[in-house]
Amino acid sequence: MAVDTANNGVVLAADGRPLKESLNRALRKNRMRALMLVAPLLIFVLFAFLIPIIDMTFRSVDNWHVGTLMPKTSAALANWDGKDFPEEPVYAALVADLQAGAKSREIGKVGTRLNYEKSGLRSMITSSARKSKRLKEGPYKAKVMKMHKKWRDLETWHVIKRNAAPYTIGYYLNAMDMKYDKTGEIVMQPENRRIYGKLFGRTFAISMAITIICVVLAYPISYLLATLPLRYSNLLMIFVLLPFWTSLLVRTTAWIAMLQSQGVLNDLFVFFGLVDDANRLQLIHNLTGTIIAMTHILLPFMVLPLYSVMKTIPPTYMRAALSLGANPFVAFVRVYMPQTLSGIGAGSVLVFILSIGYYITPALVGGTGGTLISNQIAYHMQSSLNWGLAGALGAMLLASVLALYFLYNKIVGIDNMRLG
Amino acid sequence: MSEAKDILVKFESVQKSYDGETLVVKDFNLEVARGEFVTMLGPSGSGKTTCLMMLAGFEPATHGEIYLDGVPINNVPPHKRGIGMVFQNYALFPHMTVAENLAFPLQVRGMSKSETAEKVLGALDMVRLGGFGDRRPAQLSGGQQQRVAVARALVFRPQLVLMDEPLGALDKNLREEMQYEIKHIHEELQVTMVYVTHDQSEALTMSNRIAVFDDGIVQQLAPPDELYEKPKNAFVAGFIGENNRLYGEVKSIDGDYCQVELEGGGGMVKALCVNVDGVGSRTTLSLRPERVTIGAAEGTSTNYLEGKVEELIYLGDHIRSRVSLSGISDFIVKVPNSHGHVHMKEGDVTKIGWEADDCRALDA
Repeated sequence: MAVDTANNGVVLAADGRPLKESLNRALRKNRMRALMLVAPLLIFVLFAFLIPIIDMTFRSVDNWHVGTLMPKTSAALANWDGKDFPEEPVYAALVADLQAGAKSREIGKVGTRLNYEKSGLRSMITSSARKSKRLKEGPYKAKVMKMHKKWRDLETWHVIKRNAAPYTIGYYLNAMDMKYDKTGEIVMQPENRRIYGKLFGRTFAISMAITIICVVLAYPISYLLATLPLRYSNLLMIFVLLPFWTSLLVRTTAWIAMLQSQGVLNDLFVFFGLVDDANRLQLIHNLTGTIIAMTHILLPFMVLPLYSVMKTIPPTYMRAALSLGANPFVAFVRVYMPQTLSGIGAGSVLVFILSIGYYITPALVGGTGGTLISNQIAYHMQSSLNWGLAGALGAMLLASVLALYFLYNKIVGIDNMRLG
Repeated sequence: MSEAKDILVKFESVQKSYDGETLVVKDFNLEVARGEFVTMLGPSGSGKTTCLMMLAGFEPATHGEIYLDGVPINNVPPHKRGIGMVFQNYALFPHMTVAENLAFPLQVRGMSKSETAEKVLGALDMVRLGGFGDRRPAQLSGGQQQRVAVARALVFRPQLVLMDEPLGALDKNLREEMQYEIKHIHEELQVTMVYVTHDQSEALTMSNRIAVFDDGIVQQLAPPDELYEKPKNAFVAGFIGENNRLYGEVKSIDGDYCQVELEGGGGMVKALCVNVDGVGSRTTLSLRPERVTIGAAEGTSTNYLEGKVEELIYLGDHIRSRVSLSGISDFIVKVPNSHGHVHMKEGDVTKIGWEADDCRALDA
């Protein structure tokens, strides 16, 4: 053999270097070139997608406010046993922190943060910071207690001590309708304050309903698309894609015009006598509106993968099944349908994941009964400015999508998913 | 076809048109006896597959009636015809194992589990694939898939099996092997088969009778030897086997024979009068290359022509000689590589001779 294997069994190239090394060097150039080609996309994904996600997820556990803006209090509370009100050094530290915070005008952030945990603490902090300027010398305990009645509540001190830590699970507890009670135990929120669990449930239920409706509606259309002669199927394809090319906002507002109680659909119902003029159907600004409008918007995402899978199934399979004695229904269920499962799976995953995070449509047509978890996230991002809670809700949504994806991969296999 | 024969399939003046303007099948009549192996042979677009699809029930006949075992079946849906079919690309269900594929026709007939399992095993053994039952079709080679497809079409014991170019996707060696295998299965099971192919050697190997299709019409329906040796018209002569064509005008007809004056100045030749319109009409003379003698001595053949050897190709068992004569340059002669055969050189001028019986005067 010309190949030299004497060197400890390592195959050498003609120039005496190990063959593996030579091969790597030969391939390196190609690898670098490939990397250069995808570099713009990688950089874009990194800055527009990965970093924001990581940042928002970090915000959901980040708890810098108290520890950074009230450093002395945080340190002094570290050894507090929590059974009774703290000792004098804690009050001295608190006054020093409040004075410093008032001077730097940053103390409001502590108030906002503490207010998420227990309402009323914002005004306590701001008013105490104002009053603290007049406190010149100790002992401070009695003076602090007098500044605001909340200082005389043991729970306030528990809240401050808990949030002196740099990280918190408080936002996640909040997002799961849980909270700390007076003694620091984790308990469920009272029944009437549980909103996120219900919203998550509603989001999943609506997404599931939309996915099922989409499968039922898209299956026959896709079958027609895949089997009709080209000139008809092209026309049909345009009908499927036309809404796809229309602005999302336009389509959603068109649904408002269609579905509202003085809208086209209700007028037709009244005209045909299906509905009494006095009791027009409430089709919008509720769950019904959200489901109708979102199904319409997400339907192409089901049709396209189904169509692309059906297009690859030759008609001979059905013919073979018929010639073997199966009636058309049995042939369809046992031979045709199983071969479209990969398309159904791909379309369902696509529609379900899209609808879980849908925002604009439920916001416009959902009213109060038809909003989804994403609307609540947007509310915390834009109105309440509780980004930590928004981050926690978003991270939970992301985690549930990943869990679903994992489940799908386990059951169906992601390799079997065909999008086109 | 004698009346005593048990007719299983009968096409009665069947016509088929897809667009309402042109007929794909013009006037198709065919009777297939029980146990017979009939092949429909023809170039693509000749209507042979359409005829098969009408028989299977996937295409309705535009006109005419098809009978299966004496019963008209134009209005019987395909799944009630009880006809086994092997498709061009096998059409094995990709989501089922081989055994499930074979069990499918039995299950839809409501056969019991134990009987189904037994029949599936029997069918696998028949095509020598015992032990392959748990595989998926995609894990089998082309030839194995083909055998599964044949087994699936036979497992429910249909009285008739249709095959639509089933060997088209296989390579040459495998194709020949499968031809014998299908032929043996046919002989063993005594099942009636209607086979469609465009490959003439396939048709010649397997069939009892062959229907040669062209332009929507059956040009000739005959057993393989008759088709090769006694073609009825110029299309069949040209389509089946290799064939030399000489064109000429019929000068006189004398019983079974006629005198033809060749175009291109070759002179008069005597030919078997098969399909000519009469004296004065144009005719195509058909001559098989192996029935022509090169370097023929005077007095051994009926017809002589002088030809010039243009090309010699050595093919082992015979030498293929291209000769120019009577104004054409692609006259082929097969010289058998036998002991003491005539040795030629390119450029030699020699006598080419043949018998009148081997020279068939056909339509122009």
